[in-house]
Amino acid sequence: MRCQILKSRASVAVLPETRTRSRMVEIVATVIIAAAIVLFTLSQSFAMQIQKVVSAQGIEAWLVEDHQAPLIAMQFGFKAGAAQDPADKSGLAYFVSGTLDEGAGDLPSRQFQQRTEELATKLSFDAALDSFTGSLQTLTANKRESFDLLRLALTKPRFEIDDVERIRAQILSSIINDNKEPENIASREFLKLAFQSHPYSRPLKGEAESVKTIMSSDLRSFVARAFARDNLKISVVGDINAEELKTALDTVFGDLPAKSSLPPVAEAAFPKGRQTKVLTMANPQSVVQFGLQGFKRKDEDFIPAFILNYVLGGGGFASTLMIEVREKRGLAYSVYTYLYPLDKAGLLLGGVATENKSVKQSLDVIEEELARLAKDGPDAETLENAKQYLTGSYALRFDSGVKIAGQLLGTQMEDLGIDYIAKRNDLINAVTIADMKRVAVRLLNTRDMIITVVGEPEGVVSAIESAPKG
Amino acid sequence: MLNFDALISRKPHLISIWAAAIMMLISSPYTSSNAQGRAFHTKLANGMEVVVLPDRRAPVVTHMVWYRVGGADEPIGKSGIAHFLEHLMFKGTQKIAPGEFSKIIARNGGQDNAFTSNDVTAYFQRVSKDRLPLIMEMEADRMVNLRLDENDVTTERKVILEERRSRVDNEPLSILQEQMQAAFYLAHPYGIPVIGWEHEIEKLNRQDALGFYKKFYAPNNAILVIAGDVSPEDVMLLAEKFYGVIPANPDAAVRSRVQEPDHAAERRVVLKDSRAGKATLQRIYMAPAYPNAAPSEAEALEMLARIAGSSKTSRMYMKLVVEEKKASSASGWFSGAALDSGSIAFYAVAAGDAKLEDIEALMDGVLADVRENGVTQEELDRARNAAVADIVYMSDNQASMARTYGWALATGRTVQDVETRAERLAKVTVEDVKKAANKYLDIKRSVTGLLFPAPSQTANVARPSTPKQPGAGVH
Repeated sequence: MRCQILKSRASVAVLPETRTRSRMVEIVATVIIAAAIVLFTLSQSFAMQIQKVVSAQGIEAWLVEDHQAPLIAMQFGFKAGAAQDPADKSGLAYFVSGTLDEGAGDLPSRQFQQRTEELATKLSFDAALDSFTGSLQTLTANKRESFDLLRLALTKPRFEIDDVERIRAQILSSIINDNKEPENIASREFLKLAFQSHPYSRPLKGEAESVKTIMSSDLRSFVARAFARDNLKISVVGDINAEELKTALDTVFGDLPAKSSLPPVAEAAFPKGRQTKVLTMANPQSVVQFGLQGFKRKDEDFIPAFILNYVLGGGGFASTLMIEVREKRGLAYSVYTYLYPLDKAGLLLGGVATENKSVKQSLDVIEEELARLAKDGPDAETLENAKQYLTGSYALRFDSGVKIAGQLLGTQMEDLGIDYIAKRNDLINAVTIADMKRVAVRLLNTRDMIITVVGEPEGVVSAIESAPKG
Repeated sequence: MLNFDALISRKPHLISIWAAAIMMLISSPYTSSNAQGRAFHTKLANGMEVVVLPDRRAPVVTHMVWYRVGGADEPIGKSGIAHFLEHLMFKGTQKIAPGEFSKIIARNGGQDNAFTSNDVTAYFQRVSKDRLPLIMEMEADRMVNLRLDENDVTTERKVILEERRSRVDNEPLSILQEQMQAAFYLAHPYGIPVIGWEHEIEKLNRQDALGFYKKFYAPNNAILVIAGDVSPEDVMLLAEKFYGVIPANPDAAVRSRVQEPDHAAERRVVLKDSRAGKATLQRIYMAPAYPNAAPSEAEALEMLARIAGSSKTSRMYMKLVVEEKKASSASGWFSGAALDSGSIAFYAVAAGDAKLEDIEALMDGVLADVRENGVTQEELDRARNAAVADIVYMSDNQASMARTYGWALATGRTVQDVETRAERLAKVTVEDVKKAANKYLDIKRSVTGLLFPAPSQTANVARPSTPKQPGAGVH
């Protein structure tokens, strides 16, 4: 939109920790000892205290105090998401995320927005398939008023007709734009093939038809059933102490119901057999999405898989696909993979964008590398290099209050435990070549690969193989 | 519990925000060693500037080297060479084998990348503080010792062409914006895309890259910015050791660009493309930039853009989206960070079947009202509040801080300019904003871009994309 667009050498999207929140899962935390205060070290000189704070009403938050700047960052998440949208109301959770700040309590939309600006508070909400998260940034001086705005948004959203209709128009506009966006089309079609009728197959924003049916009462119903104290995780970083935070927790979240009541989500099965789908669009460059069954975060092989993804396509210029597809052959600007662990499924996803005549060659190179890694696994030096990057760069995720809050929340949402951050690098260092070989065989099963292509690719056609490829 | 009725009527909390902002700006919150200002700033004997921004919270550093050169400094017919060279800077030196630069950084737990704009080219790494000497040695090495293999150049040119397809040719909105920029500037090289025109990229070669490199890459045309867990003293020892030994290049080019004539007629650019989503309207007005604006003028323009367009309480959003419901989104912004000229721009996406002509009439109405009647003190206070808060929040992130200082110094501004920003914003009056609106919201010095999702004669035809057809990709 802005005129002065920077040309960065590679999309930062290839870095696993910066891509999407869904990959923020490989994350995070510390040891609770008697005092409920834990010190852990990422390197010899870096110690961070994570406090487990529990309010009078029993609401828990993880806190890192930092009084050097007059700022507070709070992030929170409910384990409830778009996968629980009613089948005919897909897009509901996303709709709520766009409407929560459109007026609450006695403040109509415009007054709520003005109040937020006057306080210089940054407030945002975000829906994902398995979670609904929010972020609050405030200056210390305005913390009480900011926390109260958040309380109102979570417990007394107004959802007035005019505001709901305005947000609906915005969502419908953005769905129309998404449906013309090659990356979005490729991804949407991929999820349809991978998840068939499972809720994970539906676009987060919903379909135009379903979004048109969502009423204020649906929004209220979602809020009433999804926002509760039993599925809530909170992290706080900055200029606030534990006692003040306890009070704030009860202020903001104390009025929420004790229990959430959304329907459970079924396990999602990944289909057998190769599937390729080409969607024609008159573009000079084809956008390709490919993917395999991956692991859930709780899988015992998740850490080796995380390392393997780094080696394959998650490590920017150090990754195999970047070297083979881009550096050696100049076939693409962007080629990447990432793990996408969900509560009821796991995926290994990848993408490449290349001119139409090079699609087949690019896919051939990618498949060769997948097959080679599946057969041999990475060699010892490659594994060692990956470990050095993944452990050495971990501290980079903790260099701002907002980033620390994000790491702490991700750790909690994935139930990794408050000692995870302290032991995370050890978990990576413990992975052996044998682990990598085992995981490579498990993960890189190209017989069940799904590929979607948007463009006018040469030499690639739609094909579904019901039986595994011999 | 707070009484909200009481809060609503209260004046904006300017005092607390100002207190926070002033505290952040006049003394670093993350170090006590530097009470006079946030940044330590000096110059090496060879002319390389050094900025240090201590932030001791995590044991990591952000290391950046900025060159005062960008896409607007390219020879005629060589569009894209600044960006192409940026890519090629990762292809090795006498000491570093081709392709190894980023891999060495990664093996040391670091992340690296680079970017190019019209005015600047910057290289950066984020790494544990104990690896700072290593990356400084590597960055200093490639400032003067770049080695380019012909095959690497050929392969990387293909990568750049794919990058252009991703960023521009696959995106109707980007195509329109590229055409708008070209129409907007009658003479100045800001009209030429940083990525380059396809037919010119196809002919860029190794000699072009090395020529550009030798002309602009030198310590006396560079700025080192380091933010994070370091002291100025330690940084200076390393900077002297690695960068200080590189001789200044007295022939390093001082950039000189043709300047823009007065604009005498509005321009309109229309793109009909079947690949577009919603109909979209953009209007860009010529404006000064921070380095060349009269006192308070750029700040007034920034406030104007915020009040008119940059939030859900802005005039544009209220009129087009909330009241008239013709647009699903509407926004505006001031771009003042360029060296030679800035712009103030507005943007709206059609809601439902709303017509762009109706949206444009509403947009013109909002802007005419601001010109004639100015803005209110309350609007100005709120906009200023938001701008100052952004400064405070930005200080939480060392990489953002490094970027802010580096960008300013590479485009003709000073450390003091950065650190007195809140003070300058404080001086803007409603009269300043009205004056700026009248002076710069002038349709004769504007370009309007309209994107229609309707099919056009060419949009349905796949463009030839073989590199052997110069010009085939230019829309």
